[in-house]
Amino acid sequence: MKIRITISLLVVVVVSILLLEACKKTDVLVYKPTYLTFIVPIGWPQPTKNIFENNPLTEEGFQLGKKLFYDGKLSKDGNFPCASCHQQFAAFATFDHDFSHGFNNSFTTRNAPATFNLAWMPLLHLDGGINHLEVQPLAPITAPNEMAETLENVLTKLKNDSAYPALFRKAFGSSEINSQKMLKAIAQFMGSMVSSNSKYDKVQRGETTFTTAEQNGYTFFKAKCDACHKEPLFTDNSFRNNGLAINTFINDFGRLKITNQRSDSLKFKVPTLRNVELTFPYMHDGRLYALRDVLDHYSSNLITTQPTLDPLLVNRIAMSNIDKNNLISFLRTLNDTTFTKNVRFSQP
Amino acid sequence: MRKLGIILLFCIVIVVFFQCNTKNDTPSPLQGTVKINFKNVVKGSPLTLNTASYTNQNNQTYTISKLKYYISNVFVNNIDKSSGNNEGYYLIDQADALSQSFSFNAKVEQYSHLNFTIGVDSLRNVSGAQTGALDPLNDMFWTWSTGYIMAKLEGNSPASTQVNNKLQYHIGGFSGVNSAVKKISITLPISAQLLNVRANRTSEIFIEADIDKWFSNNIDIVTEAAIMTPGPLSNKIATNYMGMFTVTQVVNN
Repeated sequence: MKIRITISLLVVVVVSILLLEACKKTDVLVYKPTYLTFIVPIGWPQPTKNIFENNPLTEEGFQLGKKLFYDGKLSKDGNFPCASCHQQFAAFATFDHDFSHGFNNSFTTRNAPATFNLAWMPLLHLDGGINHLEVQPLAPITAPNEMAETLENVLTKLKNDSAYPALFRKAFGSSEINSQKMLKAIAQFMGSMVSSNSKYDKVQRGETTFTTAEQNGYTFFKAKCDACHKEPLFTDNSFRNNGLAINTFINDFGRLKITNQRSDSLKFKVPTLRNVELTFPYMHDGRLYALRDVLDHYSSNLITTQPTLDPLLVNRIAMSNIDKNNLISFLRTLNDTTFTKNVRFSQP
Repeated sequence: MRKLGIILLFCIVIVVFFQCNTKNDTPSPLQGTVKINFKNVVKGSPLTLNTASYTNQNNQTYTISKLKYYISNVFVNNIDKSSGNNEGYYLIDQADALSQSFSFNAKVEQYSHLNFTIGVDSLRNVSGAQTGALDPLNDMFWTWSTGYIMAKLEGNSPASTQVNNKLQYHIGGFSGVNSAVKKISITLPISAQLLNVRANRTSEIFIEADIDKWFSNNIDIVTEAAIMTPGPLSNKIATNYMGMFTVTQVVNN
């Protein structure tokens, strides 16, 4: 009798445990992402807004974002992943191209900007049209002269892929694929790109010293360039007209297109100068190929008659040849090969 | 003794079963449901996509092939009490009957006003990738200049000078003087009745949206057939369609 009672009770206990287990999520694979901390380099300001606020940074999310960034499936014919215009060895700008090109042998109308330190950029694109990193990829994916694909098709391709559903589950807890998760994953990857280990940074940290030419260039830079290319990010994220003649074939009026304000005509975003030697050619349309050309523009060639010309440039910037040489020496100290060769950001 | 065991087992199965079925989203006893039903019309007749021809104040004829608009921040209130904002975003799409009504919970109370925003508040326009009704897949999002299209009307008009006589209003802009985020408050008409929300019951409000109102204040299709950016013209249409909603009926259950 006693044995029977014991057995009955045992059965009861085991069955109830099993049933309680069944109550738990049917997804037997537990969601345990590896959370990452976004590190602000020493001496840098905090990002203006926390781009990971609603998008907790995880290793799995980062890796998914990286795979998406390098995957041609995001483009119509498979040939134009994000990385086709954003090449790591060019600090994620397009190497040696004034205009990047996209689907069906078409050119874009602007020089692809380098994509790093995006967490400190409140507005993206040369005209500032994009107000959040997460929604930025929608522009190149759907632009007919870039990736030329529809969001719907991209999601279908990802859903039908053998690898993605599991990767989405690892990153976000469920294998359901939707646009929000895809965009958040890409934002985790792109937002993590931080370039903060150039020679300039090492000098700031007291690990090395500038050469005389570099130091002279830096002194000149602080006197004449720093107002717009503000340290440590080397941009103040403002929009300015730097006196380029209008390209009448494209007629790009820059920020005017976004704000419809006449006062914004011909204004473009001040680009960061970090990795500047690697991101040639220069200006919003890549019209200047060498750093020397850019300095010549500011010292002699810029047009002073446009009504929206930046007030800081009305007298151009006086520079001797020696100043230019020194400045170029200094600008080269902004190259960060630990970033451009960091396998963490390389094609998987 | 064996019976005791079986009874115990049954008890546990039942307890576990009910625990499994516990849902957190059932309205608390002092709440009821408000269901809002939209019906798009043109001057009193149900809107028909593509085939019906309509005429604006300027005697210009037009057809409508697509009509969508966002409704958000919905709440009902009376002189001193409010149901509190419902955080849902709803995309009313003429091509999708299911999209034309939605429900939310409200405290048991009698309400005299229905309030909502036509469009998507500025915070959501600057907060990155969204999902559900706000998914960019719904084709109500500008990719080149971040922001939601608050309302969209597409069609044709012989008066239009645009390519293929297109009529295309993509109304948006979430900041500044030309913001197309429009809040309205509608007093439930005396001809209807107060909205009486009762515990665990659903009361309904029926709204007609007269699309003809988009063309109020003398919209001229010859010069104003295409709007695809924020700005004064976008704001003009948004201000026009603020006046398109009429509560036709309140049904208290």
